[in-house]
Amino acid sequence: MSQADMTMAAHSHHPPGMTVGLEPFVVPAKKMAMWLFIIADAATFAGCLVAYGFLRNGTPDWPRPFHSMTNAVLMTFILLTSSLTMLLGVRAAKAADRAGAFRWTMITAVLGIVFAALHIREWLALIDEGMTLSHNPWGSGLFGSAFFSITGLHLLHVTGGVIALLIIGLSWKAGHRTAEDLETAGLYWHFVDLVWMFVVPFVYLLNMAH
Amino acid sequence: MDAPDVHPNSPEATYTDSAGKYYVIYICLLILAGLQFYIATLNLDTTAMFARMLFIAVAEAGLAIMFFMHLWAEKRGFLLFVVIFTGFVLLAMQYGWTDSNRMDVGAPYSQTKPGAVQQ
Repeated sequence: MSQADMTMAAHSHHPPGMTVGLEPFVVPAKKMAMWLFIIADAATFAGCLVAYGFLRNGTPDWPRPFHSMTNAVLMTFILLTSSLTMLLGVRAAKAADRAGAFRWTMITAVLGIVFAALHIREWLALIDEGMTLSHNPWGSGLFGSAFFSITGLHLLHVTGGVIALLIIGLSWKAGHRTAEDLETAGLYWHFVDLVWMFVVPFVYLLNMAH
Repeated sequence: MDAPDVHPNSPEATYTDSAGKYYVIYICLLILAGLQFYIATLNLDTTAMFARMLFIAVAEAGLAIMFFMHLWAEKRGFLLFVVIFTGFVLLAMQYGWTDSNRMDVGAPYSQTKPGAVQQ
């Protein structure tokens, strides 16, 4: 092995002698992995929403059970605000403000928990009115399965995101994480918020009772 | 391995991104979301309402992806990779609307031709 190779190896994270090419996109591996996951998850949610659209378009007796948009407004505001707090947390982390980054991350997690609680409360109210996966008192039984599957999948993502934020936030506070880890978690949280921006109009607002 | 402490004066800690920009984007997102809720109160047919809401949702997603997720700050090649690939997949899913429209008239597979004998 030449001196040049040894020098390169000393300054590289690759083993000596390993041939490496150009790094496309110049994106850190963790961030790239998260982006790839986000792209795949976007396709999943898009598939669910488009299938929901096909069903709704082809079903004459599609119900419109929502009489009030108050809960949807509140949940949207909470999730958008949580995106902002996550952003402020990542910014604090990159500015070496360890306490500030931890505080904003925990605030984001708390907002996520509040969102999940409001969502579950809404589910329980709909179930109390007689809505199930296959039946409801207002129209086509397809509505229940579509509604619960789409909102349930989103709620699952929110719950997973809250757990991840708590774990990463606490390990950040203990000094085991870098700002890049926080930023990667933030990417996921912004994606969850982004999906909600499509779920609200198509699943809630288009099904408002006239 | 523990994360190294970042000294406030080190280059790694230098972060000049303004928080004001984030607040502006946040307010824009709130306004766009509010616009969607306002459209829901209008007396529009479903297709018109859907088109308007989709347009606003795409605008919201664009702002969130570009500025909240910092895709705008990444290399141009990466931005194009994300946008083009994802956009293509989303557009490719739209092939089923013609089937959906046929289902609306109660004929999920085919329509009876005029003059055909029913058996």
